[in-house]
Amino acid sequence: MDILYKIFIEPFVFMGEAPDLLIQTLWEGLVSGVLYALIALGFVLIFKASGVFNFAQGIMVVFAALTLVGLYEKGVPAFLALILAALAMLVLAVVVERVVLRPLVNQPDIILFMATFGLTYFLIGFGELIFGGNPKEMITSALLLPQGTTELDMLGGMVRFQHLDIAAAVIASIMIGLLAVFFSKTRIGRALRAVADSHKAALSVGISLNQIWVIVWFAAGIVALVAGIMWGARSGVSFSLQIIALKALPVLILGGFTSIPGAIIGGLIIGVGEKIGEFYWGPLVGGGVETWLAYVIALLFLLYRPQGLFGEKIIERI
Amino acid sequence: MLYREAGQFKTNYAADSAIFPLRQDRLGLGVIILAAYALAFIGNSFLLQAVMIPFLVFSLASIGLNILTGYTGLLSLGTGAFMGVGAYACYKLMTAFPGVNVIIWIFASGFFSAAIGALFGLPSLRIKGFYLAVATLAAQFFLQWCFIRIPWLVNYNVSGALDAPLRTLFGTPIMGPNATPQTRYLVVLTIVILLTWLASNLVHGRIGRMWIAIRDMDLAAELMGIRPLQTKLLAFAVSSYYCGVAGALLVFLWYGGAEYDVFNINQSFFILFMVIIGGLGSLIGSFFGAALIFILPIVLGIVLPAMLSPFGISVGADVIEHLRFMIVGALIIFFLIVEPHGLARLWQIGKQKLLVWPFPY
Repeated sequence: MDILYKIFIEPFVFMGEAPDLLIQTLWEGLVSGVLYALIALGFVLIFKASGVFNFAQGIMVVFAALTLVGLYEKGVPAFLALILAALAMLVLAVVVERVVLRPLVNQPDIILFMATFGLTYFLIGFGELIFGGNPKEMITSALLLPQGTTELDMLGGMVRFQHLDIAAAVIASIMIGLLAVFFSKTRIGRALRAVADSHKAALSVGISLNQIWVIVWFAAGIVALVAGIMWGARSGVSFSLQIIALKALPVLILGGFTSIPGAIIGGLIIGVGEKIGEFYWGPLVGGGVETWLAYVIALLFLLYRPQGLFGEKIIERI
Repeated sequence: MLYREAGQFKTNYAADSAIFPLRQDRLGLGVIILAAYALAFIGNSFLLQAVMIPFLVFSLASIGLNILTGYTGLLSLGTGAFMGVGAYACYKLMTAFPGVNVIIWIFASGFFSAAIGALFGLPSLRIKGFYLAVATLAAQFFLQWCFIRIPWLVNYNVSGALDAPLRTLFGTPIMGPNATPQTRYLVVLTIVILLTWLASNLVHGRIGRMWIAIRDMDLAAELMGIRPLQTKLLAFAVSSYYCGVAGALLVFLWYGGAEYDVFNINQSFFILFMVIIGGLGSLIGSFFGAALIFILPIVLGIVLPAMLSPFGISVGADVIEHLRFMIVGALIIFFLIVEPHGLARLWQIGKQKLLVWPFPY
């Protein structure tokens, strides 16, 4: 009975007693959720347009951030470095399309998946070769990102809001809004949606698939750059960020592989669920549940709704 | 000229359905096995300890994953964790019952990872493909968390690490600090040959055909009377059994001691590389894949400095390490482009060409 009390009653009593802590935890969950969503967004963009499950998205985040910081350390002004990092992602997109995607067109999914593994290895080696393997500080102040914290009196306690987190949430929202406009209003965006619907039909009306692939990989690269700046500002730029990027996978399951709103809502659910679970239920099993809770949430979710929240109904299942 | 089918007549069904129908193939296999045993007596301890033992261990794990991914078509990213379950189970068993021969416990530990594998294989009934891959990631992270957080698994020792106690076979130490690479190599080789033989019989028999039917089209397989639940779970269990045994061998006969970190997500990816580069649905491909992915970086580490030095470029160990990553990554892409069906297919094509040589057909 005692254990049941500890699982089902005590955490809620604690939530009610200290609402400020609950809000703090929720806020932290939301912020990391936004960042998970940003990484997941990169996956979704590429998966929609080319059907490639891009494992290299995580390393693209690290690579973009490394390029930015590495260039800055070599004396390039911060905003020029930002533009150059974006250009580097464009070059990467072109090279990937020419060297990896074009020769492998029409291969089974798993082969393309493996090719992105190869890309991951290559980028790890390449990034370390050029910029060194040591963790780096993100150039937060040079990029005019706000620092410091605001403390608000709330519900009988103090709730801290890091300015950086607020900026991250705002920038991510703007980014998502821009992407939404890009997809629905522009010519290229419509072409992208056409390709997502049917490759063959898109080809027959004169949309160049090769061009589209370069564009989506570039877009995913830009999303990776933004995600890299935000994650880097929170926890430093190093290759261990790549493991955090794996957290985007349960987000994708929750949201569906092909849905942009799904990626965002899935990210928020995973981020909040993870932090709440860690803070209130984690101590019962000795803490550290954050590493696997997201996957278990996704797993349970799969049993009820295999296509995800907003995913397409056609899913490989019996 | 020597490799010809001519003159070998099959007079019964058994001969017709043999796995190695050609006499030359059977002879070749015998020579390879003999050479592998001979290597224990002529190879130096670096070759045995740093190359051959891990190569065999990874081959075994690749066979395990190949049964699941190659033969049954279920993608799994939890291989590292299943290897870990085998290693921890083996440690618990052999410290709890020190009197029983350790070889028995190595084989028994696989059953524990088989049970865990079947448990985490349950979602495979509803989902396939990448969704299943992510579901198996849950196994990977959850089990790794268990290895860290449950001190009972390492008998409450302070370091939290697994260490190989001294164990003997026929009076010779095969595990622990006193075991020579030679004896450990012989033990690993024998276990790997035994299990490979077993896997070969499994995948060529009724069970293997059930797995392949499920892989090729699960709906049709179900209509033919193959039960997807049992078949998929069996694939998970057998696959995890192989991975578990490989994990036990990895820790106790190669490293001699290890922490939970050995079984991290990178290990799972590493094995998946081997399976796909080697060839999905091919046992010999598992060996090729393990050879390419594991031995190639070692060879590169030796060859690269030698290749660069004539040009007056001397580079540090870290640059070599980075170049290795780049070359391995580029090679993975290269092999996928040249032959998406893996090295096993190249081997098959090579043998076919050799049969009709010097004519093209």
